[in-house]
Amino acid sequence: MDNVILEVDNLGKYFPVTRGFWKEIVGHVKAVDKVSFYVEEGETLGLVGESGCGKTTLGRCILRLIEPTEGKVWFKKNDGSKVELTKLQLKEFKEFRKEIRMIFQDPYLSLDPRLTVMEIVGEPMKIHRMAKGKDLEDRVKKLLEMVGLKAQYMRRYPHEFSGGQRQRIGIARALASNPRLVVADEPVSALDVSVQAQILDLLEKLQEELHLTYLFISHDLSVVQYVSDRVAVMYLGKLVELGTAEEIYNMPKHPYTEALMSAIPKVDPRRKIERILLKGDVPGPMHSPSGCKFHPRCHYADKVCSQEEPMLRDVSNHHYVACHFAEQLNLRGIEAWLSKKMY
Amino acid sequence: MIRKKKETKTVNIIEAEQGKSYLQLVWRRFKKSKMGLLGGIIIVILAILSIFAPFFSPHDYMEYDPEKAYCPPQRVRFVDADGKFHWRPFVYDLKLDIDPVTYSRIYVEDTSKILYIRFFANGWNYKILGLHSNLHFFTVEEGSIHLLGTDRYGRDLLGRIFLGGRISLTIALMGAIVTVILGSTLGIISGYYGGVIDTLVQRSIEILQSFPQLPLWMALSAAVPRTWTSLQVFIVMVMIFSFLNWPTLAREIRGKTLSLREQDFITAIKEMGGSDSRIIFKHLFPNCLSHIIVVLTISIPELILMESTLSFLGLGIQPPMVSWGVLLQGAQRIEVLGLYPWVMLPALFIVFAVLGFNFLGDGLRDAADPYSVKRS
Repeated sequence: MDNVILEVDNLGKYFPVTRGFWKEIVGHVKAVDKVSFYVEEGETLGLVGESGCGKTTLGRCILRLIEPTEGKVWFKKNDGSKVELTKLQLKEFKEFRKEIRMIFQDPYLSLDPRLTVMEIVGEPMKIHRMAKGKDLEDRVKKLLEMVGLKAQYMRRYPHEFSGGQRQRIGIARALASNPRLVVADEPVSALDVSVQAQILDLLEKLQEELHLTYLFISHDLSVVQYVSDRVAVMYLGKLVELGTAEEIYNMPKHPYTEALMSAIPKVDPRRKIERILLKGDVPGPMHSPSGCKFHPRCHYADKVCSQEEPMLRDVSNHHYVACHFAEQLNLRGIEAWLSKKMY
Repeated sequence: MIRKKKETKTVNIIEAEQGKSYLQLVWRRFKKSKMGLLGGIIIVILAILSIFAPFFSPHDYMEYDPEKAYCPPQRVRFVDADGKFHWRPFVYDLKLDIDPVTYSRIYVEDTSKILYIRFFANGWNYKILGLHSNLHFFTVEEGSIHLLGTDRYGRDLLGRIFLGGRISLTIALMGAIVTVILGSTLGIISGYYGGVIDTLVQRSIEILQSFPQLPLWMALSAAVPRTWTSLQVFIVMVMIFSFLNWPTLAREIRGKTLSLREQDFITAIKEMGGSDSRIIFKHLFPNCLSHIIVVLTISIPELILMESTLSFLGLGIQPPMVSWGVLLQGAQRIEVLGLYPWVMLPALFIVFAVLGFNFLGDGLRDAADPYSVKRS
């Protein structure tokens, strides 16, 4: 696999929990628990999971906004060689901050209210000394046009724009340093549904024009289905399934993924709503279940599930699952839920 | 205010609109506050009177005139003793006399001579901003015009009040500026870096704030040697003020920094490779600016009052330097106050200055954050 642009190898982020005056460590919250996957150049990898499953933390670990506790991240440079991002000092890593960028979730909080749009979008170029003066201005104008904003509004402040427009400014800012990989952390979650569609189309257009690779983090399954080539599913810090969008949505092999697919809202009013209801709640961060983290809530759980933790393994042509019974279970994808008619 | 530059021939690129700077945005909102404008006008008037003090005082403030000691304020008249109306305002000179009943010194108007007030006329020589001049706003040809009376040495009070304004206002302004610089820098650093630095700064703040303020002021001021030059005393006073005032501001700025630090737009700067100093100076500091401006305009009246208190008590500014507090030293004895109440007039100027800055601060508080959408 030579066109892998990003490879994550056993990445872990553990937050120590302290108690008492002397800050004694009593346990760890494993926000990201030995996650491994790869992203191919030019594709969109969707990363889904419920709130608190660790997907945002994972995204920030890749960008080293949060320092990983263990594991490695490999990035393929322009010349084809691979560099281990996690081994670099922060100073050396600064150079890669040009090529790997992030789009933030909240358009209302991710732009400095004190700066004009031009200053916001131009800042990455200034930091990396890519342009200045008139040249910078011209580049900013081009970027704004590319994301669908009028360049004449360059000197306005963020509060003069709507949510969708602000997110476009955020996208322009992310593209300002000519990145190759963009981590989009819930880029449309804070927007109205109609605006979501516009932004998603914009992201798709930009991906084609600029040959970008996206790591698209979201909790919204329909959005992820719309944009992703491949999808990774996370639960409680662990990666439970990884495959193409088609496989994940239509032929899931992990019980959690099946439950997620059944929960996607469907539009037809004639259909009776039938979903898998998982027993219990997501366990608290400190009290991780033994063995498979999902076993207390799983309909198909058996004795081995509480004893042994399943490893993520390739069950059919790069479709990875972490379940003891992946081959045996016959799970239903979204089509199955859609076609169940009850008159 | 938005000026669109001309459209160029190129199809899609239109010239960007002229944006508004921070100051322009603040001014636009500030204009709406009547209180703020009033405060601003008062301050500007006081500042002009202080800076151009010699221009506005008809008498040399160093000039002793024993014949005019404790002279009451002279009245500006338009109608003379004979009942005749004059277009030009004038005063009567005051002559020392003995009251026939009490045998005490009183001043009586000498109605024999009408002293017209001349505007923009020549008077005593002075130097201002390096230039020599003898032009004065108003003066009289001979005799004296003491609109606010004189002190026990016969020195004109009006002129000395204007002169005193220089020291009082400058000390307060400089003290406030140094306080703000110290307080905001330490507050931002403490809030941004956290950890040991934060603990150190916070504990220092707590220690400083647990001292009783006034006794500490007095002790520090009393420790200043009498042999120091005026300039040295001035600088030390400014330093003492800042030293005791920065904790409050630092606390507030630290709080603001703590809340800003976690927001996405700060994370975004780190994400794009921005250094810590960029975050502090280009992002955190400007976002605290509205807070800082307001604290600045509130600190100044506090410092004016503090300086006046200390100088009144004989600490701090010493004669021959003149400040409003020093002038009030002349009003310390009850006999003086009873017989010559006009010596209290410097207090009136203190009141104006404090009110002016407070009104200004009120107006600025609303105007200083022009980036939020105002919900009316």
